Amino acid sequence: MADNKGVMVFAEVAEGKLSGMATELLGCGKKLASDLGQELSAVLAGSNVSGLAQEAIAFGADKVYVVDDPLLADYQTQTYVAVMEKVAKQVTPKIIIFGQTTIGRDLAPRLAFRLGTAATVDCVALAIDPETKQLSPTKPVYGGNARAIFAYTTDPQIATVRAKVMSPLERDASRKGEVVTIAAGLDASAVKTKVLQKVKEEVKGIKLEEAPVVVSGGRGLGGPDGFKQLDELAKMLKGAVGASRPACDNGWIPDSAQVGLTGKIVTPELYIAVALSGSSQHMAGCSSSKVIVAINKDPEANIFKEARYGVVGDWKKVLPAFTQKVKELLAQ
Amino acid sequence: MDMIVCCKQVIDPEAPPATFKVDAATNKVVPPQGVPPVISPFDEQAVEAALKIKDAKGGKITAISLGINLLRDVVKKPLSMGADELILLEDAAFTEGDSWSTAYALAMAIKKVGKFDIIFCGRQASDWDSGQVGSAIAEILGLPSVTVAKKVEVADGKVKVERVTADGYEVVEVILPALITVSNELGAARYPTIKGIMAAKRKEPIVWKPADIGVEPAKIGAAGRRTKLVKLFQPVREGKCEVITADTPEEAAVKLAQRLREVKVL
Repeated sequence: MADNKGVMVFAEVAEGKLSGMATELLGCGKKLASDLGQELSAVLAGSNVSGLAQEAIAFGADKVYVVDDPLLADYQTQTYVAVMEKVAKQVTPKIIIFGQTTIGRDLAPRLAFRLGTAATVDCVALAIDPETKQLSPTKPVYGGNARAIFAYTTDPQIATVRAKVMSPLERDASRKGEVVTIAAGLDASAVKTKVLQKVKEEVKGIKLEEAPVVVSGGRGLGGPDGFKQLDELAKMLKGAVGASRPACDNGWIPDSAQVGLTGKIVTPELYIAVALSGSSQHMAGCSSSKVIVAINKDPEANIFKEARYGVVGDWKKVLPAFTQKVKELLAQ
Repeated sequence: MDMIVCCKQVIDPEAPPATFKVDAATNKVVPPQGVPPVISPFDEQAVEAALKIKDAKGGKITAISLGINLLRDVVKKPLSMGADELILLEDAAFTEGDSWSTAYALAMAIKKVGKFDIIFCGRQASDWDSGQVGSAIAEILGLPSVTVAKKVEVADGKVKVERVTADGYEVVEVILPALITVSNELGAARYPTIKGIMAAKRKEPIVWKPADIGVEPAKIGAAGRRTKLVKLFQPVREGKCEVITADTPEEAAVKLAQRLREVKVL
């Protein structure tokens, strides 16, 4: 355990730029590295990503390891685990952190097992234990009903971090750092998977994760029609429509609208929850909203323990009147 | 197609949050009174994924559950949905593990089962929400893994998996044998039929102990953990909701909008 040093961040690239998650990880990693008195590094793995090394340095990395290879153009478990295994064995970091993203939640566990160590996923806090000097991760469990703190017995100590929990550092283009290139060394013929197609589901209007207002519907809407009303209210407020998992599972609204532990994490100024019970799994996706407003006919619904303002009543009666009043207020 | 599905018995995640309680002294959740445990929902969808393939291509589905105090009514649900066989790794030595030590036991059981084309797991268990056991089993058995599948189709010895991505999905082809974890976007798991329930009642699960699957006791359950649980706690809820009331729901709605304007939220 004494030979592993440094904090390493897996920095994802999105649309030719360093992803927001990557900058958050660098911010988080900087604190951990500083508490350890060790270096912060970033790994840029992909195809045509080397140009972003300076950006990773601007956001806090002391060193950037670049693995640039056409075989890494699409994420695949096997290729990325192989590459990260190579990097981890060469650099021997103490800690490796990933975003809890499509890639991170798949890559981090398999990499941990490849390296004979362990990962903690979806962490909402990471600290260096002042006594043991080991990584101390906190993660929500039981759908968000509880939190668990773990301790590692092996190195490297791997974790994935929930989006929008950590803060990036101020971008500083004058920061200096070192860039190291590592060859991917992949054998294309040994790869057992192939990405055939990538389908991007068109989102009309503003993206949920970026919306300042989110209006969400749950099981209590009883069908897809209620979502039309939510859509009207959302548009008026320049926001987006979300949903609880049951509403999506019932096919009332596309899966891409799902807000929650296994759906999207949103952080709007205003979150309006309509006919939605407020299960812990759902709250995991929206509890960071600045103000939560609830409309639900069940006064015992959990959402009333989470919301700042609420009305107990049938959404069929409350929502139209609310929407109408909002329309009037906005017109003033 | 020979398929294996790992199914975990858990505290019902749909139990009202108010019934959830942690015993701080033992770092354990107190099972809520009067709320029976269930199969973790994503695991049910993993069974559904296997059943869809059995419907299309024929084959055999073996469900495996690991734990103690496994209620037969609960763990037999995959059978009543249409799975063919149930294996229980039922022994205290298997329990209290982390993803690694749990996966090790499951992987050794799967080795003993022997023949398989696909191993299905739910994407994460509704208690610990880790989502790692599937990947660990795949790593131990040297299999390709594809996670968070919303659709799984078999053709010509290969599997086409649609997996969920942040802004849609991607289609991944994987050579068998493989391990696939399943997400809720697959669609609701089928309800057991009366016929299925009756058939399940007659089927006896196969029960294996550590010695039956050749596991080293130091590598399973609590003994085999690579991560230790330091603390389990409930975050303090400080929220206070201002409930707007009026004589009619419509009036309350208007007052709500006005209140939000008043506090500059609207």
